[in-house]
Amino acid sequence: MTDTAHEGARTRTSFIKQLEIDTRLLGMIGAFVLLCLAFDFITDGRFLTPRNIFNLTIQTVSVAIMATGMVFVIVMRHIDLSVGSLLAVCSAVMAMVQTLILPDWLGLGLNHPVTWVVAVTAGLIIGVAIGAMQGALIGYLTIPAFIVTLGGLLVWRNVAWYLTAGQTIGPLDSTFMKFGGINGTLGTNLSWAFAAVMSVAALFLIIAARRNKVRHGFPVKPLWAEAAMALIAVGAIVGFIAILNAYEVPRGRVRRMFEDGQIPDGFTLGYGLPISVLVLIAVAIVMTVIARRTRLGRYIFATGGNPDAADLSGINTRLLTVKVFALMGALCAISAVVAAARLANHTNDIGTLDELRVIAAAVIGGTALSGGIGTIYGAILGALIMQSLQSGMAMVGVDAPFQNIVVGLVLVLAVYIDIVYRKRTGGK
Amino acid sequence: MAAAETAAAPASPDPRIGRTPLVEMKNIHIAFGGVHAVEDVSVDLYPGEVVGLLGHNGAGKSTLIKILSGAYQMDSGEIRIDGKPVKIESPRDARRYNIETIYQTLALADNLDAASNLFLGRELTTKLGFVDDARMEAETKKIVARLNPNFKKLKEPVKALSGGQRQSVAIARAVYFNAKILIMDEPTAALGVHESHMVAELIKELKAQGLGIFLISHDTREMMALCDRVAVMKNGRLIGMERVEDVTEDDILSMIILGKNPLREK
Ligand SMILES: Nc1ncnc2c1ncn2[C@@H]1O[C@H](COP(=O)(O)OP(=O)(O)O)[C@@H](O)[C@H]1O
Ligand SMILES: [Mg+2]
Repeated sequence: MTDTAHEGARTRTSFIKQLEIDTRLLGMIGAFVLLCLAFDFITDGRFLTPRNIFNLTIQTVSVAIMATGMVFVIVMRHIDLSVGSLLAVCSAVMAMVQTLILPDWLGLGLNHPVTWVVAVTAGLIIGVAIGAMQGALIGYLTIPAFIVTLGGLLVWRNVAWYLTAGQTIGPLDSTFMKFGGINGTLGTNLSWAFAAVMSVAALFLIIAARRNKVRHGFPVKPLWAEAAMALIAVGAIVGFIAILNAYEVPRGRVRRMFEDGQIPDGFTLGYGLPISVLVLIAVAIVMTVIARRTRLGRYIFATGGNPDAADLSGINTRLLTVKVFALMGALCAISAVVAAARLANHTNDIGTLDELRVIAAAVIGGTALSGGIGTIYGAILGALIMQSLQSGMAMVGVDAPFQNIVVGLVLVLAVYIDIVYRKRTGGK
Repeated sequence: MAAAETAAAPASPDPRIGRTPLVEMKNIHIAFGGVHAVEDVSVDLYPGEVVGLLGHNGAGKSTLIKILSGAYQMDSGEIRIDGKPVKIESPRDARRYNIETIYQTLALADNLDAASNLFLGRELTTKLGFVDDARMEAETKKIVARLNPNFKKLKEPVKALSGGQRQSVAIARAVYFNAKILIMDEPTAALGVHESHMVAELIKELKAQGLGIFLISHDTREMMALCDRVAVMKNGRLIGMERVEDVTEDDILSMIILGKNPLREK
């Protein structure tokens, strides 16, 4: 809006208003930055090193991927307590496909080039099927999601146990393991290329959005604000990649890469962007597009806001419930790829308690349990905040029980702050 | 709104002469558990006509019109649109027959903005199939400006709007999608005097455009002014359906209270 009401009082709030940044997002980023700076101070600069930031990101990926799906589930006024167990089943099936079914039963041998594709596909099918089935129980038989997925938590965890007889399965396929983090990164050059592509895309989106507004005669931000936003976006992308590129592969490993064991003078090798983080970025983009630009997303939010209104508008809310839980299942499968690849094995306890981390990430990220409100970027930021808190406390040397106590308290506090914030801003 | 163009309702000639009814609902029955919410009710509606439904709370008015709007499935009975028998099994079916409904409890998603609500279930999309928010917002701006010039908060979730503004969104939805049959269940219940007046003017305008309107309200005087015919229900049954010219306010009140039609009992 042209904001004539603010002409008299040019305050700091109007500056932020002109940038049109979500103040809630700003608050979360502020809290996150403070947290990081505090840990960095306490650990004498060990927290904000390229190495630790690299590790933080790859530790966050699995929970963050599932948290994006949990946003939709919670927006629809449901809950999914089964995600950790679902992850375990997908992981178990994928591990068996790549270590038993393909190499032995089908005789493809270990590390065959198609193995990872088949394994991931199998995981996705299982995840979607289980999710859709739970969604059907919730949508069509109207059993509360809490009950269906609480049952699912027990059932799927133990199906995974039964399938693998509780054994650790591994080592996994060598290509598959590239999704785990440190064993699969783009390297510096590809990472810079990625940063360039993302920066161009960000600029393109900002310009396209402005053009579209002008075309329909809607007010636009002042040009300086638009430029500032563009600068922030590109700066964040380039800065993030620069940090990941700055984390160097240890000298010992580099030495092994040269036949004579001699590293040429001045040669350094950065890890760059992990493939798992690339997967998270792709998931985040797809989920954001679904949320904002598709009918599916519009209907998810409408149903969460007022289920009766959605019904009366001709939206098939039962089928929608099935779709949302199926999508959650698919994301559990993708998370399972990342989690298992990171461990290099399927373990019987993989994903244990992930349901709580995932729900906490979504809720800290601003998803309202009363439905209708939530963002994908919020959930990812929520996951990042939780992981930073946990890693930071571990680094500082806080005892494990206290770590969990603090995380629990932070969850409750975050929701309280959110309630106060929403009341203040008139319940947006 | 051009109120001057439309004559006062009761003075207009009977619009029914020589025309097929827009809607006929015949011998409609529906029960919830043991409660017969609607029992053997038959009503009809002609183009350019406003039919008022009156009765105490729980008389079955909302239930009857929800059968027409596809929200409820009748147990037995028949619905004809333009003389042809139709099956209305969902709100989507109703929309296909250009039936639009403004519900008593405003059927809006509070967390979405006006445009998203107006187009809910019928989003405009881009060539690639993505929802086209800019175009929907522009269309909303146009249509809402016509209905309610004070309406400015296009970007805000409708939760932030006043009762009248929210009602504008609901009405804009009906107008935008070229309703032929409009159902309004207590459209002014949540509104102040000024906003109620605006809705009344709008009803006259839509009637002049040839829409058929079912109007539910408790305000007998308002109904006498706006409607061509009134139907009175009590305990799920139709007590009487009369031209407004033929009845007095007292007749209607006695139908509502006593459940007897004085015109037919003399
Ligand atoms: N979905 C439903 N389930 C059970 N009973 C219902 C339902 N909808 C309406 N009824 C019952 O049907 C009767 C008529 O209600 P309603 O049509 O809302 O009355 P009105 O709109 O005339 O006030 C009431 O007794 C009400 O309790
Ligand atoms: Mg009613």
